[in-house]
Amino acid sequence: MNELIFFVNKVLVSGMVLGSIYALGAVGITLIFGILRFAHFAHGDMMTLGAFITFILTVLAASLGIVAPVPMAILVLPLAMVLAAGMALAIDKGFYAPLRARGAKPVILLIASIGVTLMIQGLIRLFSGVSSRSFYADTPKQIFRIDMSAIGATRPIVITEPQLWMVVLTIVAVLALHFFLTRSRLGKGMRAMADNADLAQVSGINTQLVVRVTWIIAGSLAALAGTMLALDVTLKPDLAFNIILPIFAAAIVGGLGHSYGAIAGGFLVGFAETMSVFNWAVLLRPFKETLPEWIPNDLSIVPTEYKLTVAFTILIIVLLVKPTGLFKGVSS
Amino acid sequence: MIRRSIFLFGSLTILIIIVGMVMGAPFTLRMLVEALALSLIALGLNIQWGYGGLFNFGVMGFIMIGGFAVSFVSVPLNMEFWNSEGPLMLFRAIIAAGLGGLMIMGANRLYKLGASPRWHRTAQVCAWIFAYLVYRSQIDPAAKYIEAEAGYIGGLGLPVIIGWAFGGLLAAGVAYAIGKIALGLRTDYLAIATIGISEIIRAFIKNMDWLTRGTLTVTPLPWPVPRPQEFQLWGADSASSFIFARAGYLAVVLIVLFVAFFLIQRAYGGPWGRMMRSIRDNHIAAASMGKDVKARQLEIFIFGSVLISIGGAILVSFNQIFDPSAFQPINHTFIIWVMVIVGGAGNNFGVLFGGIFIYTIWIMSDPMSQFLFFNISDMSEKIGWGPIPEIQSRALQMRVFVLGMVITLALRYAPQGLIPEVIERHGDNLAAKKDESQSS
Repeated sequence: MNELIFFVNKVLVSGMVLGSIYALGAVGITLIFGILRFAHFAHGDMMTLGAFITFILTVLAASLGIVAPVPMAILVLPLAMVLAAGMALAIDKGFYAPLRARGAKPVILLIASIGVTLMIQGLIRLFSGVSSRSFYADTPKQIFRIDMSAIGATRPIVITEPQLWMVVLTIVAVLALHFFLTRSRLGKGMRAMADNADLAQVSGINTQLVVRVTWIIAGSLAALAGTMLALDVTLKPDLAFNIILPIFAAAIVGGLGHSYGAIAGGFLVGFAETMSVFNWAVLLRPFKETLPEWIPNDLSIVPTEYKLTVAFTILIIVLLVKPTGLFKGVSS
Repeated sequence: MIRRSIFLFGSLTILIIIVGMVMGAPFTLRMLVEALALSLIALGLNIQWGYGGLFNFGVMGFIMIGGFAVSFVSVPLNMEFWNSEGPLMLFRAIIAAGLGGLMIMGANRLYKLGASPRWHRTAQVCAWIFAYLVYRSQIDPAAKYIEAEAGYIGGLGLPVIIGWAFGGLLAAGVAYAIGKIALGLRTDYLAIATIGISEIIRAFIKNMDWLTRGTLTVTPLPWPVPRPQEFQLWGADSASSFIFARAGYLAVVLIVLFVAFFLIQRAYGGPWGRMMRSIRDNHIAAASMGKDVKARQLEIFIFGSVLISIGGAILVSFNQIFDPSAFQPINHTFIIWVMVIVGGAGNNFGVLFGGIFIYTIWIMSDPMSQFLFFNISDMSEKIGWGPIPEIQSRALQMRVFVLGMVITLALRYAPQGLIPEVIERHGDNLAAKKDESQSS
């Protein structure tokens, strides 16, 4: 049964973790696209920025001598999310709002967001250097090993503490977003504006407020996703820049502007990545005697070094076959 | 407008002369060669974005294709590979790929035999999967064998100029395939798709060790003109050998750039350029006038990609090393976009100016920011905060920030660029024309 445990560890757990990150990022991108109609490229760096804010707050809190039963990063996360939301508002005010006021095309806003990406990245590297840091420098990362001897396996299912937090917080965030969008007046206003901005405005929805709320939600979710990612791996300046394209893939697969689609797309891309680099021959190992000789030892769908291309291939296939995404998306 | 261009180009010349006086002639010549090669790339992007309104964010991918092509053509033959079983195995892999391709083409044409849409789709998917499996079954052992026996397949040992031309040809083929697939997409989807495609190209070139030597890098690449080492053999001293060699290379680049510039400038003014601009400005109106929008966009995408790839080939053979991991979207895609936007999309003079200007700033920002940082560090030491740690690596990051700031500021305050496109009006009345000439 060890092979099955190996499968769970390599595919299900990592896919879950990767999917949570992609989903949280893709929700922000899709919300911004739904309301403001442009592909916000700087989202990845907003995630990194959020992670750095959390890191600074963690160091500050530790130096104040605060002790908590949960990891310090989780404790300061709400404050970091508030700060990141403020940053997102400031970025919009400084760089996107003037262009929108001029009536610039979405493409121009996309290029501007690439400019913002470079600025955030430059600033982060300027102040933090290019080295990577760990949230777990002082305390060891807690690792849960779930014993599977009941089904005859000698190896346990391994999941680390931040991964557990990640999955829990993703579920909390998704549920909160769901109730906000379906129950609150503002959330309904947001959905109305995503459907038809002009109609929303004439029916008395404060579109300026909706835009601000969008940035607040996107910024705080980006901080959450970035912190979770940094907890799972390490904190470095190009933390999220490298995964912005899979996140876009997730948002497009789910249909841009469609929040639930983005979540589904995130998990879909995450699982697709882990499944396509998994060596399926491992699962056949117990039946080695009964199987014919010619089955090769390596049955992974793509070699590990091409993992990155999986998301893009999915993205391109979806764009070609069903450009509105697998779930209904808005078209602009 | 002309006065403005003369002023801008004049200031640029003065700037380059100042750089030359501060940093020395070899440094400035190197900077100029690279700046002109990047300008050629920017002109390629200008055809796509400025003429045709196509949103190509995959510039890096085409630069890498050019770099691969020139290293493949110009590096000497690897006899270890040709004497081994490698060519035969590769031949088999190519046959397998060809068979797979035929099968996919057959599946694509299945509807002509009266297959229902569902059967057609199923057959297509099966054909793709089967072709992939057949190809993998042949290429995997071949790649393993070549990497073990010969390292990589080596080059063809042909002249460098043929390598540049091959870069253009290869890019045309790749651009045709990409354009066929992606050009139907909306602008922002096209941007994301092209970024994705360029990352895929990078992943392939980086990991196909049997073909490109991957991260082990191919070096040294030959030059089309004598190299500094050869001048030294002929008795020149070290400093002047670099000047002679780089000046020779600069002359070659200038010729290529001049020819390309002349051709695309003529094309801009001609009926072809007018048609492209009409498609850019309103493709629905252009289509209703009988222009084949899709085919024309594909055409301009290919032309632009050819220029980008040739520029990339020139750049790579100048640096004498093809290192796939040295290519970054910031240095090879975004900076080209900055050149086009700051210079003025649609205006070739503007883009040429933008290319040389931005690259000069980019190169000079490194010593300048180091100078600035060391001074700040001195100051902070004096007031007792201690020096800035890791000053070298940090100062270099300053230019990423500056690049981003230049993009956002240019978009906000000079969205047309420093030398904007001149919009000619035909058939207006005389008064309007007078107005136009006075205001410019």
